[in-house]
Amino acid sequence: MSQAPVLAMRGIDKSFLGVPVLRSVDLVIEPGEVHAVVGENGAGKSTLMKILAGVHTADAGTIELGGRAVSFTHPLQAQHAGVATVFQEFNLLPELSVAENIHLGREPRRRGLIDRRAMAERTAALLSDLGVDDLAPAAKAKTLSVPRQQIVEIAKAMSQGADLICMDEPTAALADAEVELLYRLVERLRDKGVSVLYVSHRLREIFDLCDRITVLKDGERVTTVDTADITPDELVTAMVGRRIEAVFPEPLPGTETGEVRLAVTGGGNAQIDGIDLEVRAGEIVGLAGLQGSGRTEIAEAVFGIEPFTRGTVAVDGETRRITGPRKAIAAGIALVTEDRKAQGLALNQSVGANARMVLDANARVHSRARLARISGILSSLDLVSRGEDQEVQYLSGGNQQKVVVAKWLAAEPGVIVLDEPTRGIDVGAKHKLYAVIRSLAAEGLAVLLITSELIEVIGLADRIVVLHDGRIAGELPGGATEQQVMAYATGRSPA
Amino acid sequence: MGRIRTAAAALAGGGTGTVFALLAAIFIAVAFTNPGFFEGPSLMAFLKQAAPLVILAAGQYFVIVSGNFDLSVGALVGAQVVIAARLIDGEESRTLPVMGVMLLFGLAVGLVNGLVTTALKVQSFITTLGMMLVLTGAIRLWTGGAPTGSLSEAFRGPGRRGIDDVPLIGQIPWAVLIMIGVGAAAIWLMRTRFGRVLVASGDNELAAELSGGRVDTVRTVAFVLSGLSATVAGVLIGGYAGVSAQVGQGMEFTVITAVVLGGVVLGGGRGAVVAAMAGALTIEALFALFNQMALPSTIRPAAQGLIIIAAVAYAAKRRTRRPVAATATTNANPS
Repeated sequence: MSQAPVLAMRGIDKSFLGVPVLRSVDLVIEPGEVHAVVGENGAGKSTLMKILAGVHTADAGTIELGGRAVSFTHPLQAQHAGVATVFQEFNLLPELSVAENIHLGREPRRRGLIDRRAMAERTAALLSDLGVDDLAPAAKAKTLSVPRQQIVEIAKAMSQGADLICMDEPTAALADAEVELLYRLVERLRDKGVSVLYVSHRLREIFDLCDRITVLKDGERVTTVDTADITPDELVTAMVGRRIEAVFPEPLPGTETGEVRLAVTGGGNAQIDGIDLEVRAGEIVGLAGLQGSGRTEIAEAVFGIEPFTRGTVAVDGETRRITGPRKAIAAGIALVTEDRKAQGLALNQSVGANARMVLDANARVHSRARLARISGILSSLDLVSRGEDQEVQYLSGGNQQKVVVAKWLAAEPGVIVLDEPTRGIDVGAKHKLYAVIRSLAAEGLAVLLITSELIEVIGLADRIVVLHDGRIAGELPGGATEQQVMAYATGRSPA
Repeated sequence: MGRIRTAAAALAGGGTGTVFALLAAIFIAVAFTNPGFFEGPSLMAFLKQAAPLVILAAGQYFVIVSGNFDLSVGALVGAQVVIAARLIDGEESRTLPVMGVMLLFGLAVGLVNGLVTTALKVQSFITTLGMMLVLTGAIRLWTGGAPTGSLSEAFRGPGRRGIDDVPLIGQIPWAVLIMIGVGAAAIWLMRTRFGRVLVASGDNELAAELSGGRVDTVRTVAFVLSGLSATVAGVLIGGYAGVSAQVGQGMEFTVITAVVLGGVVLGGGRGAVVAAMAGALTIEALFALFNQMALPSTIRPAAQGLIIIAAVAYAAKRRTRRPVAATATTNANPS
């Protein structure tokens, strides 16, 4: 007797204010299956997941869980029916312990009071069941790293008896080593017969982890295939409907490596030490390393957010004391920050207001001529918006990122530091940004590229500087293998 | 068709359009109850009375849009009038020097509010609540409970008199001209780089800072502008209504109500200064309507309370609705 599928969504339609977002989408997930849903931004992945989680209600179509028809109008109903969703933003309460978070609202009681011992024991059992032995039930959530918080979220879902766990970009904030941890967890869930719905932009994970893939495009299901029957190239083609010839563009003709534009000598502060780094005009230098290895800390020191307390920084041969962002900007340095919503954009303001923010805030770089060039910069980045009056909060992630890049290019910097420039943006926008990075180098900028996606440093950088534990562990030429980078990043030297 | 819909959305959107629609509606109601209201002299009298609140609203706007509050303005208006009366004490020749002292005092109060809020990281709600109590208490202590002295004729000029014998209108009050001047300056200021950094600081402090914006400085300047606006308002109110211990009382709430009614979002980053000033006019128009309907003036606090709650609730409702529309068209979430 074949088991009923864990989830069968059929003919799901959803529109917002008359704009169709999902059109007759089917999604069937078998017990113990890891099922990927992929598609560009705007394809409808989020909406589909939110319907499943009870956040939105479908306009048409049916949802069956284990063969039983359900309809959710509230997230709690979905939870009670055995569907747990781990969203990108974590919902843990930072001041509570792991055990308290897992049992929130369902604490074991004895004589009306919370039975803390039982709670701790259940938590320990749950975690060891998931193969996690080194996570203390009493630890406060705020002390945990991102992947560990994710584990707690998943454990919480398990303890609620979920048959289906939906993960929204679970690895977006993780470095490669931490991704391994998540892999093991997902495999463990599969072994226990729990199904996983996995939404991710990272193709490698999808091919490593998932049994089947459903591709959405423009609100419609393009195909559902067994992972074994499709290649990454074919998958990308299915997602975007066109073939992206090479993932990383070649350097533009006429790109020449020139004078040293950024030089850090013996740089250090509380987090990093002994940083010697040179970036030349026309050069793209990649900074690689695991989460916490000091990648972002170098960017913050160069830009004066957490300045170097030791060593010197020279820009275009001139030694500069960079004690804050204003000094960095005056020296011709730009920083595209890691978190565009929290650090990069004033979301209620228009595209135009954001794009001119750096010019407006700094008398030393402000000029009419530069203001006049902003429109041209925005269109050269292929920004899709309803005009410069549109508020940036209504743009897609990729277009928001283009606005951040534009506001820095407006100031015509000599050195640009890009911290995770492609995080959480769709394939098309990523490709555009790669091309932009190449053209910046061709224009003679010094580019310092920080990314946790190894493939990006390898594909784009002329040189790769690998960090480990706040220090430079080694340097590799562009095109090095992932194994070589990982060897340095994990503190070994490459064979 | 599309244009009509856009216009309707602007009027109902809770932003700048809405307050002008509301103002027009109240003016129409006023015209029905008192057809003579829009004749020159009575309209000028209305604007003269409204001018101090409009000026205060401009000052308060700077503070609110940058993400703070200024609760000390009512007490500052009162303190300024009492200081003026005591220092001038009826001597015409002291008028200008005392006005200079008042400007310095307003500037100093704003500077203290700004520095305590930005450098000492005290929430502005607390900073300015404290300043309000300090000002009220210090003035009582200084005067021994009741205001002493009197204002000079020259001091009372801006609040009382104007350009006489203008055809059709009669008198154009100085207060109205000052209001127009302050309004124009405020609108201009918001179009400068200072204004843009100010709004960005209220919207996303960190992004403004990392773009090189001097967040603490512009926020402090906003408090100073609010202190100066309270000084100007104090001169007009003192001139118009004279000295008493009650001058300025409760004005901080009236002005915050006015700014919120103008669609300026508490917490910062959203709304236009012209709408904040229109919000002040709307409140004054509403009070004028109450007068014409012979409602007691004691109804005003309750009306203000309802307005501020309704305005914020309306704005909140509009804001929770919009992101859904955004997911529909652009899918803002990176997933």
